Amino acid sequence: MAKILNKTDVVTVGVGFTGGVIAAECTRAGLNVVGLERGGYRTVDDFMEIHDEWRYAINYGLMQDLSKETITFQNNRGMRALPMRQLGSFLLGDGLGGAGVHWNAMNIRFFPYDFEIKSKTKERYGNKLSNDYLLQDWGLTYDEIEPYYTKFEYAIGTSGEMKSPFDGKRSKPYPMKPLVKTKILSNFEKAAQKLGCHPYMTPASICSDAYTTPYGEDLNPCQYCGYCERFGCEYDAKSSPINTLIPVAQKTGKYDLRCNANVVEVMKKGDKVTGVKYVDTLTGEEYIQPADIVVLCSFVMNNAKLLMLSKIGEMYNPETGKGTLGRNFCYQVTPGATGFFDEQMNVFAGAGALGVSLDDYNGDNFDHSKLDFIHGGLITMLNAGSRPIGSNSVPKGTPSWGAEFKKASVYNFTRALGASAQGASLPHKENFLSLDDTYKDAYGLPLLKMTYNFTKQDRAMFSYLSEKIENLLMAMGAKSVSSKPNGENYNIVPYQSTHITGGTVMGRDPKDSVVNNYMQHWDADNLFVVGAGNFPHNGGCNPTDTVGALAYRCAEGVLKYNKKSVSLV
Amino acid sequence: MSDKMFISRRKFLKTTGITAGLAAVGGSLIAFETAEAKGNDAHNTHTAAQKNSGIPRARMFFTNVLDFNILSAAAERIFPKDELGPGAVELGVPYFIDHQLAGAYGYNAREYMVGPHFEGAPTQGYQTPLLRKDLFLQGIAAINKQAKTQYKLDFPDLSPAQQDDILKMCEKGDIKTDGFKSSFFFSVFKSAVIAGVYADPMYGGNADMSGWKMKQYPGARMAYTDIIESDKFENIEPISLADMM
Ligand SMILES: Cc1cc2nc3c(=O)[nH]c(=O)nc-3n(C[C@H](O)[C@H](O)[C@H](O)COP(=O)(O)OP(=O)(O)OC[C@H]3O[C@@H](n4cnc5c(N)ncnc54)[C@H](O)[C@@H]3O)c2cc1C
Ligand code: SF4
Repeated sequence: MAKILNKTDVVTVGVGFTGGVIAAECTRAGLNVVGLERGGYRTVDDFMEIHDEWRYAINYGLMQDLSKETITFQNNRGMRALPMRQLGSFLLGDGLGGAGVHWNAMNIRFFPYDFEIKSKTKERYGNKLSNDYLLQDWGLTYDEIEPYYTKFEYAIGTSGEMKSPFDGKRSKPYPMKPLVKTKILSNFEKAAQKLGCHPYMTPASICSDAYTTPYGEDLNPCQYCGYCERFGCEYDAKSSPINTLIPVAQKTGKYDLRCNANVVEVMKKGDKVTGVKYVDTLTGEEYIQPADIVVLCSFVMNNAKLLMLSKIGEMYNPETGKGTLGRNFCYQVTPGATGFFDEQMNVFAGAGALGVSLDDYNGDNFDHSKLDFIHGGLITMLNAGSRPIGSNSVPKGTPSWGAEFKKASVYNFTRALGASAQGASLPHKENFLSLDDTYKDAYGLPLLKMTYNFTKQDRAMFSYLSEKIENLLMAMGAKSVSSKPNGENYNIVPYQSTHITGGTVMGRDPKDSVVNNYMQHWDADNLFVVGAGNFPHNGGCNPTDTVGALAYRCAEGVLKYNKKSVSLV
Repeated sequence: MSDKMFISRRKFLKTTGITAGLAAVGGSLIAFETAEAKGNDAHNTHTAAQKNSGIPRARMFFTNVLDFNILSAAAERIFPKDELGPGAVELGVPYFIDHQLAGAYGYNAREYMVGPHFEGAPTQGYQTPLLRKDLFLQGIAAINKQAKTQYKLDFPDLSPAQQDDILKMCEKGDIKTDGFKSSFFFSVFKSAVIAGVYADPMYGGNADMSGWKMKQYPGARMAYTDIIESDKFENIEPISLADMM
């Protein structure tokens, strides 16, 4: 029998950026918050010997332990879904701070176009995509979400420059000046300008200078150590929930943080939720945590899975198009290329979000009337720090092992530069999340099942962006360029992006969304669900700025609900 | 460098960073880096003891010398010794793999191994119930069997060209194996060799940081504030995690 604990005002499932925003905002407003995180406790003191590529980058030291829980995957409904047995295509977070500990920290806004994509596409191009694509407006415009973007960018600190002519209006400048422009980046910038593009320093939640957040947390200047992506920052220079948000909640004395607490069910009675059930992963004991308000902050996958397991909302049915839970599951289109140069460069130094980006082929910033796709992607050259196990690029035609490989991989380590795009991903009626009926997690619960494949739109966008990237690298003076192949089918093995979205989307109408524009569940008004799962489609850049903005919007919703106890729309 | 010093470096950043700004902090850090690189005597003896010849070499996983020799010979063909520097064997890669197979990596400890197992499409990733330690034993046995059938010799006794022929067959999936494709084994094996060349020396490969030196990779260094804006290529001596303890 599960032990029933004392009731709290708010419980969050998961403590990453979203759980951190909810905890900081609600505790500061005087509410008691319990934070339940399935992984272990950690602080910056756990990162003192983090420069270990084998442990952290290759063996996913900070990421989800799949022996406990994974997902199953099929490209289409006709296949047999099989478990993702090893991490690859995306790297799910685990432990206090979630994926926000080992992220790159590119912190970028979506365009005004994204929030009204259906209306604006129709206005300019008519019915360009077939009805198989479930395009929808978000239920919040860019102008409405803008203040929340600003809040998040200041709360975690962001270095950047207002130079892109395609940006939506900003109410305030970036909190910090951009990171340093390395020689590699200024060469890329020049090449982009030569091609008529509008490059700018990639907005980074990495400190270009010492920074004190509005909550009073101190962050330090980046040391350009090159161990950002897949690692925690030992200098508190890269923002993460554990150095910007969680301490804020802890200082109020109103935050009860419990790690090693894996939530298995959201309890519901009538049209309200009453709390959550969790398992202490160290002792195996079960607990029920009653709460006035439950906020799911457990990332795209488990936010959807917990709603499905708890039978809250109607499952999406791809046959009939009815139901909303699991719908609009999107990913990212990720073309990229490596350029090989004559000169040696300091590729080992850098930071996860140290880069130059351009939006000339992103959003609706260019005319799509003669193209087979809409939207586009941000193109970036990152100077993130190449590492020797992961970076072994060789020019086309070189064998992949043996004497020639050794020579070419050693020679090119300091002479190879990559550029890549983050292509937007649009919802398709055949791409969705559901529960698996064969495979189970360590708690005996069904795994989440992902049915996903690239679409015609994706492949057309891929080719288009791929060519632009090749041109940029050639303009930079590359001797040769190797591009990533345009795969017919989505493959779960090679790393592509952890920018997974949808499944619990937001909107103005319960017919096509799971939550309203306060991330409040349509079927239970004291339940909030927040994260990239709320995106009705995935934009052409990194998601977390938008995730953080929605988390601030959600926190406002929780506080409003706490006063009124009714649906907020 | 002791843990305490290490943490105090961060605290130092916290206190001075705010008023001092980037340049000063960068400058102070260089001082730390230099101290770190020079170290004190005790610490230098420690790293010297770690050097190639001084490493206590013994096997944790392989019980059979022939298996280990097959692994070593094959690894050397993937990453051979040449004028650039040592190959897999001299770098200790076979010991790296041996040690890894004895632990979490060999037992797929953090992967989902629950059945039922079906073959699946290539887009769904590997689906074999074989643990990596068994995959290596089976793969090595299959390679040697092929050597015996084709050349009547054990794999380590073949000429490099003959060894390459067999490895190419393995890479293509043309060697007979049970329950997995030889191409799958090959790709896992190849990745393990590369990892052994370049992982921190504490894991048993990358002896004397020679893998890093070949690539001119500075290893586990803590900061590059001093060179990040440099216009020229900087050839920096590597340091390993052991240098920072
Ligand atoms: C390598 C990498 C690089 C990235 N780089 C960038 C970037 O440059 N820019 C960008 O915008 N984004 C980036 N991202 C994405 C970014 O990390 C995420 O968008 C962000 O961290 C999501 O925050 P979240 O709170 O929604 O989820 P998470 O950070 O995933 O947090 C969810 C938490 O919930 C916990 N949890 C899950 N299930 C349960 C359960 N049942 N019970 C209890 N707890 C549970 C998890 O353990 C986790 O800690 C990157 C991601 C990765 C992996
Ligand atoms: S590059 Fe900068 S932000 Fe990234 S881990 Fe190193 S010091 Fe931290």
